[in-house]
Amino acid sequence: MKTAAQFSVSYHQFLNAKGALAEPPPGLDLPALVPVYRTMAFTRAFDARAVALQRTGQLRTFPSSLGEEAATVGLASVMRPDDVLLPTYRETGAFLWRGVTPVEIFLYWAGDERGSAIAGPRGDFPISVPIASHCGHATGVAAAFQYRKEARVAVCVLGDGATSKGDFYEAVNLAGVWRLPAVFVVINNRWAISVPAARQTACATFAQKAIAGGVPGVQADGNDAVAVRHVVGQALERARSGEGPTVVELLSYRLTDHTTADDARRYRSADEVSAAWAEEPLVRLRALLAREGLWTKADEEALIADNQARLEAAVADYLATPPQPLTSMVDYLYAELPAELVAQRAELAAREGGHHG
Amino acid sequence: MADLTLIEAVNLALARALEDDPDVVLIGQDIGVNGGVFRATGGLAARFGEERVRDTPLAETVIAASAVGMAVEGMKPVAEIQFAGFMYSCFDQLINHAGRLRTRTRGRLTCPMVLRTPVGGGIHAPEHHSESPEGWLAHIPGIKVVTPSTPAAAYGLLLAAIRDPDPVVFLEPTRLYRMLKEPVADDGAALPLGRAFVRREGADITLVSWGATLVEVGQAAQTLAERGVSAEVVDVATLRPLDSATLLASVSKTGRCLIVHEAPRLFGAGAEIAAQVASEALMSLVAPVGRLAGYDTVMPLARLEDDYLPSAARIVAAAEALMAYR
Ligand SMILES: Cc1ncc(C[n+]2csc(CCOP(=O)(O)OP(=O)(O)O)c2C)c(N)n1
Ligand SMILES: [Mg+2]
Repeated sequence: MKTAAQFSVSYHQFLNAKGALAEPPPGLDLPALVPVYRTMAFTRAFDARAVALQRTGQLRTFPSSLGEEAATVGLASVMRPDDVLLPTYRETGAFLWRGVTPVEIFLYWAGDERGSAIAGPRGDFPISVPIASHCGHATGVAAAFQYRKEARVAVCVLGDGATSKGDFYEAVNLAGVWRLPAVFVVINNRWAISVPAARQTACATFAQKAIAGGVPGVQADGNDAVAVRHVVGQALERARSGEGPTVVELLSYRLTDHTTADDARRYRSADEVSAAWAEEPLVRLRALLAREGLWTKADEEALIADNQARLEAAVADYLATPPQPLTSMVDYLYAELPAELVAQRAELAAREGGHHG
Repeated sequence: MADLTLIEAVNLALARALEDDPDVVLIGQDIGVNGGVFRATGGLAARFGEERVRDTPLAETVIAASAVGMAVEGMKPVAEIQFAGFMYSCFDQLINHAGRLRTRTRGRLTCPMVLRTPVGGGIHAPEHHSESPEGWLAHIPGIKVVTPSTPAAAYGLLLAAIRDPDPVVFLEPTRLYRMLKEPVADDGAALPLGRAFVRREGADITLVSWGATLVEVGQAAQTLAERGVSAEVVDVATLRPLDSATLLASVSKTGRCLIVHEAPRLFGAGAEIAAQVASEALMSLVAPVGRLAGYDTVMPLARLEDDYLPSAARIVAAAEALMAYR
């Protein structure tokens, strides 16, 4: 017998849960971690505020990203502004880093399409609820970049559960064949609603699912912002220099319910969750920055106050946003309103008049 | 002006679009060096390069999804699905993404893609190769559904589909691919989408159809003429958005309407047209709206296929039944 082929999946961690930086990656830019930390902290405050708004009937179902801030902010922080992000729905930290406003994010989760009419990263895809169905959009976007010889990358973010869908495999396979400038970031938060990772796949890692597509798969501690930036940064560089796609698995943990409509106590133990809290991403990054003299107690206090003020202002703006006209239901269906919608639009406009007139 | 078959007209339109617009790229299975299983893309990879006429792996979902991604990024992808029976996994992309990106982003992102696929029976192909999915497709908000019935229409409508700012599903009747030839000018002129075409003028009854069935409808109109019945033939061409005005004007003139299509009748596209005629042209009607469609069953295999499809004789009989009303 000979070995026909052999594969391996590397694992990367630099900043461990205790805040120790074992072997820093070459050229580690420590000051660059300060804004990363700031956005991670803001994301956590945003999530808490959004959940509170939902609990008081001022927001619809919301998926908190509590515990996943290093993954989402970290991956976005190494992208270029003109790369394209193709998110699922739990990437609030990435949205905030890339310039989506808190008001826009609130609007989306309030059930208002204007939340996807973002002013910031105009080319980014909107939230994609049908799990994994956006993976193929990333191959299309990346194919456009490749065709136009633009040094841009499509970054598709998905969950552990999403890797069970054929859409993911089809996209990775095509990206491999076409050598596309795409990065698939799997945020393995250990749960897909109530289904644990072990019942999602018999694979030891989610990263190895790349190998069947002829694509490298790497794994990193997704709660270590340094590791996230390192592995996603390398994958972006590979993609940008024409070497093709990468699947990056980021190990994290969903510290709260799947969404505000879920109760995770039904399917997982409190012990498991409290053990996971010991691994969460903010404390260790703050410890590193403090040790390096880049972050003080006063900085932290100012950040907390600043975050609260920004959030209060955003909530006020969000709650004061005037409703959409009823005609907006049909006005964006096609570039031009077809004849078959003219009467319905008139009916909506008349109902609008009835509302206000 | 060359005499072309419908498949040659498709090829000519694709070549014209590739020539005119560097953002046009074709993707699909076996479309490159092989030129597609029906040769719709024959010679195009050699002429325009494999970056623009690009073979994909055997994976319909990611073909449709990649077309969405390319279109959002500002390209004009034309994706081929080898046969309509294999496009069902694309419905997720059409319904959840292509058709609603513009709406859900309030116009920030758009999806000017085309999904081409051969449709319909009549060539005695294997199972799943003879589907008529237009009714399902036409129910999807935000996409356009187009099906040509002649080579010239195929050329003009395909160019229009490619230039359209919204997603278009372009259904090519397999049975017509090589059935007839007509002069087609490579003038780059598009035909309008959302417009029905009166293929034959008449005074007594309106026969409404689309795609390959128009062949039998045309034969039926000829037979009816020989029997003293003047039938008007309307080619719907674009099922969505539907050109109700042309349909209603014709029925208002003739007072009778028979809708003929190959897909099953129940909940088919004909039901929507019948309902519109009933509610908008009731006062002109001298007979109930008739529908002659495929049977409400699974598309049969080759041996029973011809018995399933609406034949000219059955169309004549259905029309004569409506003519009995005075
Ligand atoms: C195709 C599809 N099936 C089912 C659902 C319902 N659903 C929403 S989220 C979810 C779990 C997703 O898990 P994962 O991919 O791990 O992402 P996470 O929520 O953990 O971030 C499911 C089953 C869906 N949105 N889409
Ligand atoms: Mg998960």
